[in-house]
Order: sequence, then structure tokens, then C-alpha cells
Amino acid sequence: MSITGRKLFVKALLEENVDTVFAYPGGMVTDIIDELYKTPEIKVVLPRHEQALVHEAEGYARATGKTAVCLVTSGPGATNTITGIADAFYDSIPLVIFTGQVSQNLIGNDAFQEVDIVGMTRSVVKYGVTVSDRELLGRQMKMAFQIAPAGKPGPVLIDIPKDIQLASGSGEYPSYVDIRGYKINTSVHIGQLKKAYKLLKNAKSPIILAGGGVNIARAGDSLRKFAEQTNVPVATTVMGKGAIAYDHPLYIGNCGMHGKYSVNKAISECDVLFSIGTRFNDRITGDLNEFAPKASIVHIDIDTASISRNVVVDVPVVCDANAALDKLLEWAEPKDTEDWITKIEAWDKEHPLSMRCDLGLCPQSIMEGINKVFPKGIVVTDVGQHQMWASQYITLNEGKKMITSGGLGTMGFGFPAAIGAKIGAPNQDVVCITGDGGMQMNMQEMATSIIEKANVTVCILNNQYLGMVKQFQQLFYGKRYKITCLRRNVDCPDDCKGPSGACPPYLPDFVKWAESYGALGLRVTEPGQIEDALREAKANQTSTVIEFLISSDELVLPMVKGGNAMSEMILK
Amino acid sequence: MRDRWISLYVENQVGVLAKVSGLFSGKNYNLQSLTVGTTEHEDVSRMTICVTSDDVTFEQIKKQLNRMVEVIKVVDITSAPLHMKELLYARINDIGPDEMSQVFQLAEVFKVRVCDAGEDCLILECLLTTESNDELIKLLKKKFKKVSIVRGGAVAMESISISKR
Repeated sequence: MSITGRKLFVKALLEENVDTVFAYPGGMVTDIIDELYKTPEIKVVLPRHEQALVHEAEGYARATGKTAVCLVTSGPGATNTITGIADAFYDSIPLVIFTGQVSQNLIGNDAFQEVDIVGMTRSVVKYGVTVSDRELLGRQMKMAFQIAPAGKPGPVLIDIPKDIQLASGSGEYPSYVDIRGYKINTSVHIGQLKKAYKLLKNAKSPIILAGGGVNIARAGDSLRKFAEQTNVPVATTVMGKGAIAYDHPLYIGNCGMHGKYSVNKAISECDVLFSIGTRFNDRITGDLNEFAPKASIVHIDIDTASISRNVVVDVPVVCDANAALDKLLEWAEPKDTEDWITKIEAWDKEHPLSMRCDLGLCPQSIMEGINKVFPKGIVVTDVGQHQMWASQYITLNEGKKMITSGGLGTMGFGFPAAIGAKIGAPNQDVVCITGDGGMQMNMQEMATSIIEKANVTVCILNNQYLGMVKQFQQLFYGKRYKITCLRRNVDCPDDCKGPSGACPPYLPDFVKWAESYGALGLRVTEPGQIEDALREAKANQTSTVIEFLISSDELVLPMVKGGNAMSEMILK
Repeated sequence: MRDRWISLYVENQVGVLAKVSGLFSGKNYNLQSLTVGTTEHEDVSRMTICVTSDDVTFEQIKKQLNRMVEVIKVVDITSAPLHMKELLYARINDIGPDEMSQVFQLAEVFKVRVCDAGEDCLILECLLTTESNDELIKLLKKKFKKVSIVRGGAVAMESISISKR
């Protein structure tokens, strides 16, 4: 039976069991939108900006484990998605992005709202294509849904010209397509894995390093069992945080630029680094020549291109984290690591992770308040100092997960991603930890939150600055803050060294702003108010914005300066 | 750092060349030459790629190519016995009779063809290895004032029995 492209589009979504589409209308997708109106099985979420739309889809995908679907129009609708697409690419989030395109007879004519979105996104998608033939629509949509979640997940972009949406053609939507250039490795190389295990078995001071891949593969359970059966301590990256419960006796904490002293020390001293699902980003390794200098390195990753790219590894194993761990569990035998763990504990006592908390409202206390009031649920962060404090002090376990923009470090990610997470997991509490800078990058999404009744508790840590940049300027750039200060106006002196009584008022007033949307706005200035405010937010029936006024002098410590060795931590 | 050769089988589709070449520019790989044409299967194109890199980068290039959906097969032909040639046209302008005969002599030595001629100009058609073409260009530029060159990049195929390039 012959059907139109727009009808096939909706049929495909239904066959893929898509229940939610994040969509922003526009000229070149009106036909598809119109078709979606007739499809009550699919909920259409309308954000207020296409960048936020993609972040919402990311939050949804992370919260549900499903591939999220985005639909935007051509031209500016498409270009606005690029930041979100890049974010999803770097953090391996499965998305299918459909963009409308001008009719094929207009492509190349600089038609109204025409851009080459496939060309623009080529380096940040797993696959991208403009559908050039109505008969290819079904196949290419199927390819998108097959490729996005497979192997190392990521975004796929399908650009559909208007005439293809209207043209009649085959009504078939294939249940599987063979893609000859894209075959995912599903087997485990037993020989390599045995070699890897042998290294671990003979190690005296081993560390398991779990990256985001463990969370993506939902392999936390197997990881915990493997660690328990071998008695090997587990460190995590920022993206790997939550792979094992924070209070597990074998969990030692985060490593990296703002990781714990004891963990970076342990990685510098260990004799075997057994890493799973990390790409050894520069924020994890610091100076590559000094990274884990005494260790033989095992690297298990689904992506061959992640192996031996940054760190030269001794035993590479290309496979899914879950598959590897399941196999490893068959061999795992207990090791005597007591002395080694005692050593790590001693390092931790030497320089425990804690803030000074003498500058008023302390970020650590805010994180601890969130831990107490929200023992379960989803914590979503934006990017900056608050994100690192969250990565240091937020406690995660089986019932509590964190979603953050790790690879691309996208300011403006947090709030929309939190809304998307809530839409995906409506029965869970969602807390968004954000900064005053990042919040203002996508604050229009409060409308989405209210209309979708996607209630989130937004904790804005307002230090009046772009804090992470300010931290660098404070430590390494002679304390020059001119455009890092968000309170500054044209009358301010050029050489301002910090806030004083003469500063202009902060814009906006976050409490009044929240109220203008019908949300609840609260301002916290005293430590004693933290938990009460969080409890009020938790009980509230709309989204709540809590503005925490913190000192602009708070630093994220410990810290390793970019490019320095992980052993060279700034502690105070 | 040395020259490496890849024979790349890709889907014969719009945008694939842009994607492959974009990988090299985007990741700062040192691309020397890239040629592309269809194969005996009209839906498959074969690229011959020359890149200058160290061992680690070259491994990474192969992996990055491999994970592209449109890439069907990556074959490292760096150390394989090959037939490899590049087509080059050289036009030598504003030359007198003496210089013309010099060009004919050079053509004989390099075993290339003089394929076109005018009163004061000649065109050489050269089917040589990239290295020989480089040498010829060097020589032509040294001897003659007005030389214009167009070259196509190398194409290569694994040899059956001969080990010479």
C-alpha cells in the first residue's frame, strides 16, 4: 500500500515504540507535526529553544536508557540543535534528530531557511544523511534507530526534505536493515580478557577505574560484584560516578582534575590500572607522561578508537563493559589487598575531601543538604564549579543517579536536561544543580517545565560570577575579572577585584523570575535554611527555584592545573 | 613520521568524500593525497589515501575510519607490494627550439609522453609514481620559467607477483 512520507514517519516512530518526541515546529516540519497530532500514543513536548530541546532529549535518554527523538525545522531550527548534538556525541547519548529540509528542487538555491545541516554536523554525529528518495525514507529511519544505541551510543541526524514528506511511496518500515560498514563487536575476546585478568590477579596494588561506559552499559551491578570478589578498590571518573555506591567499602572516589587527593595518589602509585569504559580524557590523565607511571594498564572499551589514543595501554580489550565483567566474574578470586587499601585510606586521612566552609553558605553543605533531603532520584548538573562540587559531594547509589555534561562541558545543559529526565522518569525526584551563569543560558525552559508539569528542584549556586573561569583568573591570571562578573555594568571600574557594597544589583532576581512563571522561588542565605528550602521544594507541586547565595571566593579544590601531572595537586 | 597508504572501500554516496576528508582536517591528520573512484560495484567507491604520520596516529586514523558507518573496509597497504601510479600533466610555456628538444629528451629519460604541442609550448603526460612525478616537477621548474602542473593523486592496487611500486 502506498502512503505519504509523513505517514511513514509516524508509523516508523510507533514501530520503534517511541512514546515521546521533543519537537519544535516550523515550515519544513509542519506536515509531520500535523501527522503527530493524530497520534495520541506519542507525546509531543514543546520546548522553548531547539538547543534546550536536544538537552531535554539527552536528559530523557539518560533517565530512561531509551533512544530519544528530536524533531526540528530546517535552517535556524536545525542549526540551534548543533550544540546539543555535539554534547550527545561526546557523552555517548543515543538520539535520533530529524530535521526538516526545503524541497529537493530548492536545495542549493539559498532558499528560505535552507542550511546544509548534514554537512554542518558531520563531525559530531555517528551518522547523518539527507533523504534523497522517498523509497529510502523507511530504510534510513531504521538505520538511525539501529545505529544510535548500538556499540558506543550517539546521535544520528536524518534530514528530510519537504517533498519527501509529502511524496507517496512504500508503506513498509523494515524491522532490520543490514549496514555493511557498521558491525558492532558483540563478542568478547577471551584471550585478551584472560591476559587482563592475569595482570590483575598478580597485582599487589591494583585499582579498577570505572568510566561512563560502565553507566551506559548499566554494568554497575557486575562491577560491584567483580570488585567484591577480587577485593580491588574502585575509582571512578566524573562520568563513571555512581557505577558503584558511594558508601561501598571498596569505593575510593573520583579521580582527575578535581578528584580526591587519595584517588589520584592511588592511581599514581598503583601497579595495575584496570580501566573500563573511559576514554582517558585530559581531565582524567593530566600530563600523559606522568599518568599512572608505575602501572600496567588494562583498557576495556566498546570503541576501538578510544583505546591507545591518549594512554598507551598494555592490554586492550574491545568489548561492552557488561559482557567483559560477566566473563571476568567467572574467574574472579579474592585477593589480599588489605595493605593497599590501608595505604589509600591513610592518604585520604592526610588530605580528606572537604571544603573550608568559612565563607558563609558553603557549597559542601548545600550538597550534603541535597543528599539528605533527596536520598533517591536523579541529580542533573550544569557545567562549572557547582558541577565539580556535585561530583565531589553528591552521594550516589543504586537508587540515585547523576546526569552531567562531561565531554563537551555545555553550559545551559543542566536545566533542560533535568526537565527531560523528569519527563522520562516522572515518578522520580529530579534535582538540578546549576550555576547562575549556566542557568541563564537556557532559563526560557521554565515554561516547558511548567506546561509539561515536569517539576524539578533547581538549585542555583549564585556566586555572581562565571565561577570556574573566575577560579582560573584568581589563581593564574592576576585576578582580572572584567567580563567574568555577572553583576558588572557599564559604570563599573575596569580593574574591579571583587564584589563590594557598591556593586549593581544582580540580574535577574531569580525568585521573582521563578514566580513570574508560576513556579516557587526561594532564596537561601544562611546554612540553617538549606534543608528547609529543599524540603519545601520537594513537597511543592510545581518546579522550584532555590537561589543559594554563596561567596564568590569559593574554590573547587583539590585541583590539578591543566597539563600538569595528577600528582601535582593544588590542595589549599 | 613517514608516508602511509590506505586503500579505503566506502559507500558510493553523496557526502562520503566530505566525511572522510573532514576527518583528516578535523583531527589534524596530515593528508598527502586522496583519490576516489567507483569500483567494479557501482555502489562501492575505493579511495587511495596517503597520509604522513607516526605509528600511533596512523593506528588512530585507521580506527576512526573504521567506525564510520559509510566505510566498508580499511586496508593498510603501506607495506604491501603495490602497483601505484599518478597521472600528471605538465605544460611548459614560452620555450624556443633548444628548450623544446630538452623537453623531448627529458620525456625520453622519464618515459613520459609529449601529448600536445604548440609553437612555443608543449604538454607532457606523465604516468609515474608520486615520487618520480615530484622529481620531474623539480627538474622542470629548475630548467624552464613557465611551467604549469596538474596532478591527480596516486591510485594503487595490491600487486599479484611484482613487488615494485
